[in-house]
Amino acid sequence: MMRFILPFVVFVVLAVFLFVGLNLNPREVPSPLVGKPAPAFTLPQLHEPAKPFSPADMKGQVWLLNVWASWCVSCKEEHPVLMELSRRNIVPIYGLDYKDKQADAELWLKRGGDPYVLSVADAEGRIGIDYGVYGVPETYVIDKQGVIQYKQIGPVTPQNLTEKILPLVAELQAK
Amino acid sequence: MRYLLILMLSLLPVFAYAGEAKDMAEDPVLEQRMIGLAEKLRCLVCQNESLASSHAELAEDLRREVREQMQKGMTDQEIIDYLVSRYGDFVLYDPPVKTSTLVLWYGPFALLLIGGGVLVYQLRKRRSQIAEPQISAEDARRAAELLDQTDKPEELIKKDPQA
Repeated sequence: MMRFILPFVVFVVLAVFLFVGLNLNPREVPSPLVGKPAPAFTLPQLHEPAKPFSPADMKGQVWLLNVWASWCVSCKEEHPVLMELSRRNIVPIYGLDYKDKQADAELWLKRGGDPYVLSVADAEGRIGIDYGVYGVPETYVIDKQGVIQYKQIGPVTPQNLTEKILPLVAELQAK
Repeated sequence: MRYLLILMLSLLPVFAYAGEAKDMAEDPVLEQRMIGLAEKLRCLVCQNESLASSHAELAEDLRREVREQMQKGMTDQEIIDYLVSRYGDFVLYDPPVKTSTLVLWYGPFALLLIGGGVLVYQLRKRRSQIAEPQISAEDARRAAELLDQTDKPEELIKKDPQA
């Protein structure tokens, strides 16, 4: 009997490992920044380059930092979701326009609508590196103390918005 | 003529050699150091390429970042720490040994030990199963008799009716 049970157990263990492995997303790199203060920066605003914006201005508020770009394909998919979210007025969304051209970015916001309170232009992608951005779009949930509480890699969908981001925002706002 | 052609064709792959992605740098020593470090780092966009060989835009930006930090006089370890604090251990091709990577580092050795253990166990078991061959007194006597025969091979053949 043992002759059959042992190989069967080994097979089941292997199968479980491989099955779980198949369902993992190798593109999802867990961010070490979650639980750490959002890296500081001062960047010119996209619409008014004379005015700077810095995350320090947001102390005391829960906010979303959404990394986007006019050249980013998945951002198109995400855009209506962000538009809807900004209409509901639950949490302010700030945009980090990553490695983009000013004119392209403005055209994109004109066409699809502008869900952001404001966007800042990270033309050279340096702030992106500070935030560990490796694939646009990415969205950070930042709490009242300026600590990153969550990072969404890839587009925000209605599903991860209702399941993860909004409950977290509500919880952080209540604190 | 034909051989020349074959020779030329066989040399063709030499030209297909792909070098490291190049960036302009004034300082070749620093560039060399940067490439050396970037080879140990993983590109996050094209995950099976090193930062040195990747042409992805992010990789170019990260190489620029590494180069600038080297110019500022940071050590390799400081630069690695900087990148790990932003992108996690994922950027390292050599993941550090810690509790979450124990299986990764020592799993193969554990499997080897288990395999070796099973092999030794099975061999021992098999040996104990094979009984010492028993031979009767009569067979022993006949064997001794045959061994004592000094017949020449030819005679043996002649005696054999089948031959």
